[in-house]
Amino acid sequence: MIAMDENDISFFKDGLRLDGRRADQLRPVKIEVGVLARADGSCYIEMGGNKVIAAVYGPREVHPRHLQEVTRAIVRYRYNMASFSVEERKRPGPDRRSYELSKVSRESLEPVILTSYFPRSVIDVFVEVLQADAGTRTAGINAAAVALADAGIPMKSMISSCAAGKVADTIVLDPMKEEDNFGQADLPIAMNPSGEITLMQMDGGLSREEFHQAVEMAMKGCRDIYEIQRKALVEKYSQLEAPAEEVKACE
Amino acid sequence: MDRKVVVPGDLLSDDAKRSGEGTFVKDGRVYSLLYGLANYRDKINVIPLAGKYIPAPGDNVIGVVKDITFSNWIVDINSPYDGLLHISEFPKRIESEEMSKYLRIGSSIMTRVKDVDPTMKVELTLNDRKLGLIKTGQVVEISHTRVPRLIGKGGSMISMLKKEVNCNIFVGQNGRIWINGGAEDMDLALRTITLIEKEAHTNGLTDRIVDFLKKEKGTRS
Repeated sequence: MIAMDENDISFFKDGLRLDGRRADQLRPVKIEVGVLARADGSCYIEMGGNKVIAAVYGPREVHPRHLQEVTRAIVRYRYNMASFSVEERKRPGPDRRSYELSKVSRESLEPVILTSYFPRSVIDVFVEVLQADAGTRTAGINAAAVALADAGIPMKSMISSCAAGKVADTIVLDPMKEEDNFGQADLPIAMNPSGEITLMQMDGGLSREEFHQAVEMAMKGCRDIYEIQRKALVEKYSQLEAPAEEVKACE
Repeated sequence: MDRKVVVPGDLLSDDAKRSGEGTFVKDGRVYSLLYGLANYRDKINVIPLAGKYIPAPGDNVIGVVKDITFSNWIVDINSPYDGLLHISEFPKRIESEEMSKYLRIGSSIMTRVKDVDPTMKVELTLNDRKLGLIKTGQVVEISHTRVPRLIGKGGSMISMLKKEVNCNIFVGQNGRIWINGGAEDMDLALRTITLIEKEAHTNGLTDRIVDFLKKEKGTRS
């Protein structure tokens, strides 16, 4: 039974959160690169209970033609939740929420992509949420950034994304579903490793001090996620190298 | 050779003068633009592991005619941008009505990029003895990022391959490769090219390919 009355829920037990994390701790993150054969770049990410897959196609010809830009590539980002990704079946197809998330996510990645290298073309990013557990937009952005790198698209830097929230008057990193639903605030951000923020949204209310604390905490989370993204990309290459050595051993 | 996997935004050097291909300079420091292998020579170049072919003037490419307009053949060159082969770039003077007699839709051609303008209009030419319609042999497709490795330093790999497998080979910068020769020779060439593509990022590749060819030939004779 989920207690619906806010006062009944205790978010902390012996100083730890419901899933046993400290307030400033991320959920476990797992990243796999190049999971789709037909896409130019792809990535599968698990952030706690979130399971998200991202695919990048392009640069390629723009259809419909009137969207084309003569001097640069356009970026299209589609965030979509599978109907089975949440407890209650979600009506399939785009809705107001996913339109908004597509827009803000696209705008969080566009500043680092060198669109001027590919005039009259499009870079398509598709993000599918297979399982949702609060923070799907941040997981989607993380996966999309890795998939863009995997597709060989020139970028000024990577982008990492993470949220901070407020529950029971405490600032916490990377809120999970219970904390997001019954918490007091949610603040997702996206940034590059040098700390330039490209996405910031807020839901709920924070005082000035709390806000600063939450941003600091989310930025630290982003840096940790960046290391995991980097590691996943570097490791994909080492996997490629392995069969070469086998051949060497045979000779 | 000093090589390292890098991701976009990695710091490569504090010396702005060493910025090569696949890098950019910010505040006097060199950073990587791509996910790929960084090559530390005088200049630091980052070689991508994936990506689409972007035409550049002077590139030899293999294309497939996909449409014919009043005075141009529209050619698919395995890139986001189509190539335009103007009727005047055909080695022989032909009339507009007769265009489909010489190159039909579906014809494969060895061609060269003559010019690319800032809006990425790609002009092709057939005005060279090496270029023309493909009538025999076969075309294989590899990732265009592996082409430099197939050619080797100063053409070392490709000239070795041509000699060893006794085939005529035309390498398109767009990753399409034409092979022409005896059936068995073509098969060996094909397998060798696939091997080069798979192991393009490893060191000492030419030597390993020589060994591979020796072994393959040994089993055949």
